[in-house]
Amino acid sequence: MATNQTNRLSSGGVIDRSTPLNFRFDGKSFSGFQGDTLASALVANGVKLVGRSFKYHRPRGILTAGSEEPNALVELRTGARREANTKATTAELYDGLEAASQNRWPSLRHDFMSVNQLFAPIFVAGFYYKTFMWPAKFWEMIYEPAIRRAAGLGRAAVAPDPDHYDKAWAHCDVVIAGSGPAGLAAALAAGRSGARVILCEEDFVPGGCLLSDDGTIDGLPAAEWLARTLAELSSMPDVRIMTRTTLFGVYDGGTYGAIERVNDHLPTPPEHQVRQRLWRIVAKRCVVAAGAIERPIVFAGNDTPGVMMASAMRTYVSRYAATPAKRIALFTNNEDGWRTVETALAAGLQIAAVIDARPDVSPAHRSLASKNGFAVLHGSVSGVDGGKDGVRKISVSLTGGARAEVEADGLAVSGGWNPAVGLTSYHRGRPKWRDEISAFVPDGAPPGMVAAGAANGDFGLGACLSQGFAAGAAAARDAGRNGNAGTAPVADDETFSLTPLWHVAGKGKAFVDQQHDVTASDIELAQREGFESVEHLKRYTTLGMATDQGKTSNVGGLAIMAAVTGKSIPETGTTIYRPPYVPVAIGAFAGHHRDETFHATRLTPSHHWAAEQGAIFVDTGLWKRAQWFPRAGEKDWLESVTREVKAVRGGVGFCDVSTLGKIDVHGPDAGAFLDRVYINTFSNLAVGKARYGLMLREDGLVYDDGTTSRLAEDHYFLTTTTAKAGLVMQHLEFCRQVLFPELDVQLTSVSDQWAQFSIAGPKTRDLLKEIVDPVEDLSNEGFPFMGAREVALRGGITARLFRISFSGEMAFEISVPARYGEAMARNLMQAGKQFGVTPYGTEALGVMRIEKGHVAGPELSGTTTATDLGLGKMMSTKKDFIGRVMAGREALVAPDRQVVVGIKPVDKARRLRSGAHIIPKGQTPGPDNDQGYVTSVCFSPTLDQWIGLGLVERGRERIGEIVHAHDPLRGEDYDVELCNPVFYDPDGGRQRG
Amino acid sequence: MRITCPFCGERELGEFTYLGDAKPQRPVADAGEEAVYDYVYLRDNVAGVMAENWYHGGGCRAWLKVTRNTLTHEISSVEPAAGAGAAKVGA
Ligand SMILES: [Zn+2]
Repeated sequence: MATNQTNRLSSGGVIDRSTPLNFRFDGKSFSGFQGDTLASALVANGVKLVGRSFKYHRPRGILTAGSEEPNALVELRTGARREANTKATTAELYDGLEAASQNRWPSLRHDFMSVNQLFAPIFVAGFYYKTFMWPAKFWEMIYEPAIRRAAGLGRAAVAPDPDHYDKAWAHCDVVIAGSGPAGLAAALAAGRSGARVILCEEDFVPGGCLLSDDGTIDGLPAAEWLARTLAELSSMPDVRIMTRTTLFGVYDGGTYGAIERVNDHLPTPPEHQVRQRLWRIVAKRCVVAAGAIERPIVFAGNDTPGVMMASAMRTYVSRYAATPAKRIALFTNNEDGWRTVETALAAGLQIAAVIDARPDVSPAHRSLASKNGFAVLHGSVSGVDGGKDGVRKISVSLTGGARAEVEADGLAVSGGWNPAVGLTSYHRGRPKWRDEISAFVPDGAPPGMVAAGAANGDFGLGACLSQGFAAGAAAARDAGRNGNAGTAPVADDETFSLTPLWHVAGKGKAFVDQQHDVTASDIELAQREGFESVEHLKRYTTLGMATDQGKTSNVGGLAIMAAVTGKSIPETGTTIYRPPYVPVAIGAFAGHHRDETFHATRLTPSHHWAAEQGAIFVDTGLWKRAQWFPRAGEKDWLESVTREVKAVRGGVGFCDVSTLGKIDVHGPDAGAFLDRVYINTFSNLAVGKARYGLMLREDGLVYDDGTTSRLAEDHYFLTTTTAKAGLVMQHLEFCRQVLFPELDVQLTSVSDQWAQFSIAGPKTRDLLKEIVDPVEDLSNEGFPFMGAREVALRGGITARLFRISFSGEMAFEISVPARYGEAMARNLMQAGKQFGVTPYGTEALGVMRIEKGHVAGPELSGTTTATDLGLGKMMSTKKDFIGRVMAGREALVAPDRQVVVGIKPVDKARRLRSGAHIIPKGQTPGPDNDQGYVTSVCFSPTLDQWIGLGLVERGRERIGEIVHAHDPLRGEDYDVELCNPVFYDPDGGRQRG
Repeated sequence: MRITCPFCGERELGEFTYLGDAKPQRPVADAGEEAVYDYVYLRDNVAGVMAENWYHGGGCRAWLKVTRNTLTHEISSVEPAAGAGAAKVGA
């Protein structure tokens, strides 16, 4: 059964005591309440030790109460949903939550690797670079495995993430980061002005510091004002408050990134819901009201469990009614830290002492101390006595040199506040130093963005409200919303007084970056070794490079570097700020783009029919294409493909070729346009005829090929390869709009509008007669080779019919409106039964094109010229065309270029493999005598052996030569013969017949 | 980044494809190899404002001349290519 919440106050807090929640931490059962975070529930249960540190495996507790937490990282959930390095301080408690501490073995309390502390000297700054340099082979064998075991954070889940992630767009006038007093005031002003507002709050409850700190706004207690304000905002239809949502980045053009943790507060997302949603928010204006982060003071033992930021301690006591300690000492250098004393006293806790680094303490605080019987010590904390069970005793160096000791079980620390300058600095902005608060504040911001309140370095409650309100009203106005914003909420500003203090000298490790175990002496070492620039300091010590990105450590590290170099902090400068502000799961960036929905899937018009036929599909770009149609009893793909090829060559078959790109080219200048984009001439093509065309890139290399037909004087129908369909359209539009705007021509992509089938084989005409209206003349005279025209089909549909052949057989391609594609496939099957019609897939298509010596993707590789492909004669000399001039360059017309040639193994039984290199016979293979390679291969049922095409140096002059095929990847070496690439029906009689 | 297409309005970067510098003009047919070489290969590496060719493939398929500051990504103008839209130049 769950243990008692020993450290829970009997009343108070923004928690729902009527909803207890059970959870497990490191296998032990606990209970908490609705409204808790995992951290506050652990505090309420008296758990102080929550993890072991990265390098030294030192015991660590909870330092903060927000997303800046460096220490309290856990593995949340189990199995496939296990999430490493989750901040306990932001993990919302739910019933059944399971979490485990990280980086400890065998258990958190008895961690074997804590011996690392004894070897601490080797883990100093730069230790990776220095210690493990020699001998080199030790790195892989010993050092790296040992370091990986010893140093590290949580373990990622091993199984695939079972949850869904979503991506969404939102548009608004004003987006606001943070719902503290400044953010709420900004939302009020912008919302009342009539602006469309999105208010992002990373917490699960809006309110920011108003949830923890008391105060009076417009004469009301802060909590009441908060409730009233939230009610007013929710009554505004155009104001959207998004809790559990962190605005993590700003991008060009007023686009903001936000991560919404939609269902991280549940064990598993409800059915049909996502775990997280990545938002891209387009906003005309942005108000950054992200607040400020309280900064630690670096002293020996400052990482002992029980040492906590003063504001965090206040949050645990007042928001969660959970007490991190019974007897608390405060170490502060500023006025704000004292608020924790007031909160603790009000909750009935004991104050052991206040160690104040400032020269003076106000009379009011003095009388508070004497009334409550605790000492005010002027000085600083120089050491902490304690360990995994928490703080026991605190050593104090008093101003003047004397020492004192304070017994306490908790130490609250306040070193002042750093505005959250991340968002305002993400466009390479460098924040500027403000002396009055000893902190960096935004110095400008990306276009459209402004910081307000604590994020702008103005910490008073009154200032936050008035600045936020003014920023919200101005943002709304800038966005064109001019409604009456009313009056700003009013509150007093707290007094602010701070004496800068960054580091207290003392014995023992004093941590700057607790998550990466970077100590003050690491920074001093970096300086001694010459790594003074902040960018070098960061990389040499790894300061600020952990999952918290140094939210509690960067400025402190700079300050220590400034001190040891004798420079000021602003002179020392900051590193570049980069998004995301909090870690964002890769799954959220991927969204639904994973597994079978990684990209869109395009189905051919006859896909469902092909699936019924049992087709095996292959991914071709976005398309699924039928690769072959296996029949019962066939033992492998080769048997099926061989059958399909033989059926086509001996009878008739058909194949869906709808994936080809199809473009209608209209206009009086259509022919002139095609003349400029193809190497051959199309303006002289007769109406009713098709012609094979080849396009070059402007650099003279082959771009794409396809058949283009002239359907009317001013109408051509152009086809592209499947792979380049979109790119050729883009290229042709560029030619039309940018290069040749004087031509009167229009392009229309009709790839998706037409279903196209290739029907091939000697019985093609017999089959077509069953499909096409009998009035159409399909005879060799009425429809000769390379004819192209519209025909009527039986039943009345008009089709486009082209007498073109990729297979080398008597063949047609027929286009029907895409919605008839599936019916056409069924019709061809039905009508073709009497002729033994056989559907064939892309494999048989490929076999027949290789047998016929047609080039395709492997030969159109972006490195070949028209002449390389054996198509040089197509290049017109009578006109200009894209690529003409560059195609004439010396290297592109050199006689020793690798050109397309046929290849067949000397041993007819041997399998040929594409990728094999061609080497002159009798020579040892090497880069100097590499003469090309095999590009395409197939088993030719017609020749009953493996054949292929290749690109081989001077290949066409070497027909009949025996050369050597060298295939180091597969460890194969064999002799092949260079031959005519047209293996089948070289004079073309079959396709013209 | 967002680009305001003169035909479609303000749209997100993902709808567009970048080609590059819009300044080089395709040489006339008899300009010679040097001129074409220059057109195909030689580009200025502008740190600042430059005119670029962008294609609105996810929208109207217009080619656009986008004037953009490469240092800030600020877009100062977007014009349709001479032959974009329905009418031919000079018609
Ligand atoms: Zn457009």
